[in-house]
Amino acid sequence: MNWNQLVTQLFGSYHGMRAAGDFLKGDVMFDGRPLTVVGTTNHAPIGVALALAQARVILDTIAQHPGRAILLLIDTQGQQLRRRDETLGINRAMAHLGMCIDLARRRGHPVIGLVYDQALSGGFITSGLIADGCYALPDAEIRVMRIPAMARVTKLSEEVLTALSQSNPVFAPGVGNYVAMGGVRALWEGDLAAALRDALAHTPVEDTRAQDGAERGGRKLAASVVQRVLAAA
Amino acid sequence: MISFAECSARERLALLLDARSFHEWIPPSERLTSPHLVQLGVPSAFDDGVAIGRAKLDGHEVFVAAQEGAFMGGGVGEVHGAKLVGMLQRALRDRPAAVLLLAESGGVRLHEANAGLIAVSEVMRAVLDVRAAGIPVVVLIGGANGCFGGMGIVARCADFIVMSDVGRLAMSGPEVIEASHGVEEYDSRDRALVWRTSGGKHRWLTGDCDALVEDDVQAFRAAAMAAIQRSCPVTLEGLEAEHALLETRLHLLPLETDGADAATWLWRELGIDQPERVPELDVGAVRTLRTA
Repeated sequence: MNWNQLVTQLFGSYHGMRAAGDFLKGDVMFDGRPLTVVGTTNHAPIGVALALAQARVILDTIAQHPGRAILLLIDTQGQQLRRRDETLGINRAMAHLGMCIDLARRRGHPVIGLVYDQALSGGFITSGLIADGCYALPDAEIRVMRIPAMARVTKLSEEVLTALSQSNPVFAPGVGNYVAMGGVRALWEGDLAAALRDALAHTPVEDTRAQDGAERGGRKLAASVVQRVLAAA
Repeated sequence: MISFAECSARERLALLLDARSFHEWIPPSERLTSPHLVQLGVPSAFDDGVAIGRAKLDGHEVFVAAQEGAFMGGGVGEVHGAKLVGMLQRALRDRPAAVLLLAESGGVRLHEANAGLIAVSEVMRAVLDVRAAGIPVVVLIGGANGCFGGMGIVARCADFIVMSDVGRLAMSGPEVIEASHGVEEYDSRDRALVWRTSGGKHRWLTGDCDALVEDDVQAFRAAAMAAIQRSCPVTLEGLEAEHALLETRLHLLPLETDGADAATWLWRELGIDQPERVPELDVGAVRTLRTA
């Protein structure tokens, strides 16, 4: 779904959101209350500039609108794979974005992430994955790395990785697997405004993903290993 | 002088911490291995590539984790990540003087793709929880595999980063960038270029790390002892200052540098005299060059 259709379904035709290149932002009204929306489109690569643009919106929301809810709209091909961004310390810029979102959460801003198209590793870990809770549309995809690059790093063949991505939930990009593993709380289907309303009302502020993954059977060990460490002599 | 880079994770723990003070949680004798590697027919490790536990540093109780770069490049899988999260949650409960993370990792372990990505995210949130509780989190980077991907982000979420000049801290590895945009964009075999772009000297000159040390375990120990003394809470004012710094830096480096080396360009813009000399200077000399 494109971003305009999405926000029209969520906030109506007069949503007032704008795209500047790959960057999305807006102050919208939802159920009579203002909400900050920030995100990306066009499968944007997240470089230093785009990370900072998003961080600016979060910082302004914290400073000017204490407690206001924030919706992160995610469509990214991952971090910008350029040497210039590496020279500039892209990991620091992305950590900065993540820490801005984290500070918003700690100051009582409900923060909801929504993967509405695609998400990849670096662009996702400092947006949807650091929200109070991350949700996804059913047709969205979440990947860690494209298969050719993954083949180069793992030394597994592209054929093997392609086969695994069809069947193995640890590799497959479908968002249903992320729900089973606890990384995505739920899929938004049908009435999207109702789904957002429900998410704002019921998303816990603590990190429940390991327990969710265990209960849903998609990530069976993480929660029990954490408990073993807590109980170790 | 003992090279930090050449030590294994457990050798680093033994030499860096007070003698015989490291007590490991879920040691290799418990044989906790990755369920995902078995499925792929890939060898697993009885500690899943990370040792965690409590220890003393200069008499202070610290909780510590050391990633083993020799096992899957220190990549974070489900179990590896959960051990880190467990140690960090235990720190929140038991409140040691500090948490030390001897980071050596390519980031998400791609063999456990989705599970690894969620695990790194859980580590990041747990680090920020510990930091918010006023317990300093200190990251030490000096292993041969560097600190990349999601762990490069996690490192920047900590209170304090210590690096050696041979250490590397970055997001994407040069091989991944070369595979995506070609050897003209980033020649992964050009070691001098790789170190100018991601090495300890560059990260020190830009302020991306907080201490630059020799590749020596005792130098890391001394820097860690100093670092655990202070916690740096995350505040709105602090993040505004960080934002201004990163915005300024972004505009110092043009999109095209017309064949000139980008890192050297940036050092010059940061006010460093004779920046082209940086790669040949020793650590002590580079330490004096930082301008801010």
